[in-house]
Amino acid sequence: MTFDAIDAWWWPFLFILLAGWLATDAWRFLGVAFGGRIREDSEALVFVRAVATALVAAVIGNLFVFPSGALADTTAALRIGAAALGFVAYLAAGKRMLLGIVVGEAALIAGMAAGW
Amino acid sequence: MNDDNPQAAQPGRARRWLLRGVRAACSVPGLILASAHVGFAGLAKEAGFTLAESMFMVAAVWALPANVVLVGAVLSGASLPAAAFAVALSSVRLMPMVVALVPEMKAERTRGWVLYVLAHCVAVTSWVIAMERLRAVPREMRTAYYAGLGFTLVIGNTLLVGVVYLLVGSLPAWVTAALLFLTPIYFLTSLWSSARERAGHVAMATGLVLGPVFHVLLPGFDLLAAGLIGGGGAFLYHWLRRKGDGAPA
Repeated sequence: MTFDAIDAWWWPFLFILLAGWLATDAWRFLGVAFGGRIREDSEALVFVRAVATALVAAVIGNLFVFPSGALADTTAALRIGAAALGFVAYLAAGKRMLLGIVVGEAALIAGMAAGW
Repeated sequence: MNDDNPQAAQPGRARRWLLRGVRAACSVPGLILASAHVGFAGLAKEAGFTLAESMFMVAAVWALPANVVLVGAVLSGASLPAAAFAVALSSVRLMPMVVALVPEMKAERTRGWVLYVLAHCVAVTSWVIAMERLRAVPREMRTAYYAGLGFTLVIGNTLLVGVVYLLVGSLPAWVTAALLFLTPIYFLTSLWSSARERAGHVAMATGLVLGPVFHVLLPGFDLLAAGLIGGGGAFLYHWLRRKGDGAPA
């Protein structure tokens, strides 16, 4: 039962509803139901946050190493180098996200212009 | 809160606070979120999602990490249960965020269903803005304020994704490449910023490496494997460090 399993217009939407909406809003609704009965600093929540962070980081790693579309025409070295530059700029500026994003993008565009 | 006649004054006052919430969405965090959605529109299109599917994902799921994981799962050919499990793992963190926000937002007369509807808007950006500014909003007006803030972000970014999706095809290749680069570079900085403890940074570093490794070794389960092993390892590090410090657990 993959995203392409059923050839009907409604299947992708049902897939998104079940795998996306339900899997996400269920936690929000539980949060309202629990309201104020969970401690932010409990060990279980440290574990939950660590798994969620690693999971999203895995997607990001895949986007850097195995990108799709026009980004796939750039070299892996350029993508990783530009990301590293942006990240260093973000840290050096005292964790300013906007600056990190701008520097990373500028490095990528400069690299593409230089034909790397 | 201390109005002489709260009933009569309420509607106009609620509208004013709602509009203030709308204005709070147009801020630097709002701009950063918008740039991330510009990237997401490109990502969804390249992954083969239609315009309607892409906009539906943004509005219905309303959590960029969950949507990026969903696209990643579809790309790696995951089945519905595997994709749902991966998305659910990435979204568990929303529960404690809602738990923390609800007492801030709730007034004595707030109805239950209002909180459930507003909870749909909870994601990192609106949560950070709300936790920072709700204190300055009169308690009776907090749900109105958050509705303005949250739904502006949801609706605005859904429309933005639609517009960018339509534009992507007619853009020069280098612009499209730069646009596709927005999602990973956004999360590279935002994941680091949102980590509460050192374990978060360890989890991020391991996930970045394990994702591509398992993409090759375990296609279809790469995200789950990287999340559980990377996150579990980071938690072990956290636990050992705490034990080593002799800090009270």
